[in-house]
Amino acid sequence: MEQILEKILVEYRKSEGNIISLLQDIEDSFGYLSEDAINWFSKKLDIPASRFFGVATFYSQFHFKPRGRNVITACCGTACHVKGSERLINGLRKELNLSEDEDTTKNMEFTLEKVNCVGACSIAPVIIINKQVRGKTTSDKLLKEIKSLKGLKDEGN
Amino acid sequence: MKATNTTIRVCMGTGGIAAGGVEVLDAFRKELELAGIKADVKKNCSMHKVGCRGLCAKDVLVDVIIGDKKTTYQFIKSDMVPRIVKEHVVEKNPVREWMVGEDYLAFHEKQFKVVLSDCGSIDPEDISAYIGVKGYEAAKKVMTSMKPGDVIETIKASGLRGRGGAGFPTGAKWEIAGKQDSKQKYLICNADEGDPGAFMDRSVIEGNPHAVIEGMIIGAYAIGADKGYVYIRAEYPLAVERLRKALSDARENGFLGKEILGTKFNFDIKVKLGAGAFVCGEETALIASIEGQRGMPRAKPPFPVYNGLWGKPTVINNVETLANIPYIIRNGDRWFASFGTEKSRGTKVFALTGKIKNSGLIEVPMGISLKEIVYEIGGGIEGDRALKAVQTGGPSGGCIPAAMVDMSVDYESLIKAGSFVGSGGMVVLDETDCMVNIAKFFLEFTQAESCGKCVPCRIGTKRLLEILTRITKGAGKEGDLELLEKLSKDVKAASLCGLGQGAPNPILSTIKYFRHEYEAHLEGRCPSAVCKELLTYYVLEQFCKGCGACLRACPAGAITGEKKKPHFIDSGICIKCGACFDVCKFKAVKKE
Amino acid sequence: MVKLTIDNKTIEVPEGTTVLDAARMLNIEIPTLCHHPKLTPFGGCRLCIVEVKGVPRPLTSCTTPVSEGMEITTSTPALEDLRRTVLELILSDHPNDCMICEKAGDCTLQELAYFYGIRENRFGGERRIYAKKDGNPFIERDMEKCILCGRCVKVCDEIQGVEAIDFTYRGFKSKICPTFERDLDCEFCGQCVAVCPTGALTGKTWNLRGRQKDIKEIDTTCSYCGTGCNLTLHVRGNEIIRVTSKEDKWNEGWLCVKGRFGYTFVNSPDRLKKPMIRIAPKLSADSYQLTANLFKEVSWDEALDYVASKLKEIKGKHGPDSIAGLSSAKCTNEENYLFQKFMRTGIGTNNVDHCARL
Repeated sequence: MEQILEKILVEYRKSEGNIISLLQDIEDSFGYLSEDAINWFSKKLDIPASRFFGVATFYSQFHFKPRGRNVITACCGTACHVKGSERLINGLRKELNLSEDEDTTKNMEFTLEKVNCVGACSIAPVIIINKQVRGKTTSDKLLKEIKSLKGLKDEGN
Repeated sequence: MKATNTTIRVCMGTGGIAAGGVEVLDAFRKELELAGIKADVKKNCSMHKVGCRGLCAKDVLVDVIIGDKKTTYQFIKSDMVPRIVKEHVVEKNPVREWMVGEDYLAFHEKQFKVVLSDCGSIDPEDISAYIGVKGYEAAKKVMTSMKPGDVIETIKASGLRGRGGAGFPTGAKWEIAGKQDSKQKYLICNADEGDPGAFMDRSVIEGNPHAVIEGMIIGAYAIGADKGYVYIRAEYPLAVERLRKALSDARENGFLGKEILGTKFNFDIKVKLGAGAFVCGEETALIASIEGQRGMPRAKPPFPVYNGLWGKPTVINNVETLANIPYIIRNGDRWFASFGTEKSRGTKVFALTGKIKNSGLIEVPMGISLKEIVYEIGGGIEGDRALKAVQTGGPSGGCIPAAMVDMSVDYESLIKAGSFVGSGGMVVLDETDCMVNIAKFFLEFTQAESCGKCVPCRIGTKRLLEILTRITKGAGKEGDLELLEKLSKDVKAASLCGLGQGAPNPILSTIKYFRHEYEAHLEGRCPSAVCKELLTYYVLEQFCKGCGACLRACPAGAITGEKKKPHFIDSGICIKCGACFDVCKFKAVKKE
Repeated sequence: MVKLTIDNKTIEVPEGTTVLDAARMLNIEIPTLCHHPKLTPFGGCRLCIVEVKGVPRPLTSCTTPVSEGMEITTSTPALEDLRRTVLELILSDHPNDCMICEKAGDCTLQELAYFYGIRENRFGGERRIYAKKDGNPFIERDMEKCILCGRCVKVCDEIQGVEAIDFTYRGFKSKICPTFERDLDCEFCGQCVAVCPTGALTGKTWNLRGRQKDIKEIDTTCSYCGTGCNLTLHVRGNEIIRVTSKEDKWNEGWLCVKGRFGYTFVNSPDRLKKPMIRIAPKLSADSYQLTANLFKEVSWDEALDYVASKLKEIKGKHGPDSIAGLSSAKCTNEENYLFQKFMRTGIGTNNVDHCARL
């Protein structure tokens, strides 16, 4: 871990970054922001850890817990809303057995997230599965895809 | 290999890629090679490139240009490519049934493109393509033959106003910044396009990033800035990638950096990625975010143009505003001012979405009627249902009712109607959309995006949402409507920044035009059958074939019935998920 | 200088003055919650809004710099109505348990609710509920009472330079807390407690010790070190129940953990009030046999005689430089002067030092 942190630090100094770009680099490398990583940078840069925490909790891009292997992002923009994104999300929650306040499955396979708008409104409703945009999604198509992702894992075992 | 002058353009914006653009492009490469034809397979960018030109609902769109004859295909999948190559490219017989139809042509007829004029005819990842369409000539002209003051005068005369929302005159902003006596000034391009239902800025950057960069060079020269930033949403990975490539190409070609084009002018641009906070589109919050802080706005005055990034004079312009600049310099202020209305000059790009047939990105002269946009460019409402309203201006905007569809679309008219041009989102709503639900949707958004700094926005939007929620659940109380209006007005008046000041607009405008819908909810009815808690689902026996589809789909076990006999929904068990309604092929499930 | 009118009164103030400060110079009262004169303006509570002629919406007077010819109105029915809405909104997300709140009687929010006569609240709704779990020894943090004015965050950063806390999360879920919502772990200077306008931050030692009406305030000087901060002891009966510091004195109301929270020794039963001499038998050079009575109480004369005789004995046997004197920062300058004089002339050594140097 320390090696990766050092690398991020070098990049940060080189590109005259700020706290946000630093946190983005940590998030990109580890998938989330751990307390250890934050405290490490706080010491190295002599910036109070509280400032890191304040900034990190402000922006919805940052996470404080590890996320699932598959990340499903549901777009909740206006166009997607009027085209039924909420029903897609409810269907996903049911399929993945997630309660209202959970976003990652217990086996760490799936994380379900909402995003405000990805700007692909013409092909609403939009779901992003592992960074690949799926337009004009329906519950059927979506559940099929989730099942095949689940299947991949079962075969892997 | 036979040499032919064939060009294939594949739409490769976010929409095109989502529809399989990469696969289609690969298929063309492979098929053309197999056929032994040398053609130029261009990666055609986003929604508004030739062929697609905004209509990404019909992706993947493909242009086949042979000689000077262009044919456009819609809904192309990779497995359709061999036939196109065989019949069209080799045998010169276009595949008629896959070609775009009349609606595609109608979509473009009423549009007028300035900002989007080169988007689509050029490869956004190739700087020579932009230079080939007179790109960077405006920047050259400005730096070699114009004084900063002349540039400002030209922009002022053009009447260009900020395209990010409020419509502040761009030239006036530059003039103030130009007059500031400071060694360090900044120019920021605001590409933090956060409005749900808006994607103009993403499309412009994906389609023609160099126009934005050129606009920034001209702006920086005019105000005397040597550092620029593009603050762009991280949710737009393709736009970020293309912008970064464009910046490094511009640097290599000497358009950015020290002593640009042999002049004494220095200017360079950095990219800053947003981290997921809508409020950072507000200029003081954006500045805080670039400085690496929480994106909490601060009170204005002092305005950023006096005291901005790191306390220095800073001009913040929206993507579309900046993309207009090179065209104004090249074609003259009079040319630009000849479009639009007296107070709203030029064109505006809108993202036309929702329940509309031709959903996509459009550019129209200011002052066009809403009706032309919806029925001529947009081709009317999906499923030929009735138009109910058009929501403009995103979460700070309002809903224009169908009865006012003849109105002119410009800054003043929209504000008069209780809405807002905003960044240019235009969501079409039909008779099946519940206006209270729409207001609630926007309040959910603004409430979640409130930074929490000021009381009216932090607690006020929360209370507004609570009142709306109980109305949509049929638990509204007497006096709720009046309370909603009163609190909306107070939040609007007392909030610190544009987010809070605009947040009540969706409520106020829907109350203004659709008061009866609110009243119906207070009586326990949702006239558009949207609000779950107010609905009852039942089976119309005369239509039910007893196929059992609804029974199998019901997650709550609320449906009973024997095969081939009418089924029954137990409203006591029904959780109103709508699964039966969706699955019934005979329209036998009714909700009201 | 900039000339402007506030409520039809004309005043000239230096450039850069805020409208709020200019109004205060004219003794015009504008309600505020988030503003603190020694901290940078925030503009979050929106109570200090005023109307500026020619500006369509009200502006916060705490953030708006004056400009030439400005015409300000600080109170209109519309402004008062907005202030009332803002106050009601704050109170709709506040425990409103003034009857048991430590801050009652000294709380700005309570006072404003009183002046605006707010009893019913039009905007009832969900309230933030937080577990009270901060395990630090000095500062009680009841974040449900926090109105997010940010004074504590700013004082910790701008005055104390510690940045132990910050705004976290956003919107209705905004919360001021230490990193990763851990227990507060800082210098415990309590500057945050001093500037908090509500009962969100109080001293743990203050709890249930008495109401404002029973308190006698006694101004004194802190005896912990030579800095000499002004203290105001809040005394109930014969007991100090809390300590504050006045903002108009030279230390501007800022204290350290000792001055602010280290007062409980005054009424401690373990406190020494008379001199004592060790009577336990000596085992070796630095150890004593543990017995029930280690010390015995003696008179000052006896104690001083004992010290004098011992010092003389050591000086006679090992010379004056075998003795060193270390003085306490709790002594006054005069006492410290006398002490070094005594060491140099009485004992005859320059071995003298002071704990403030260590």
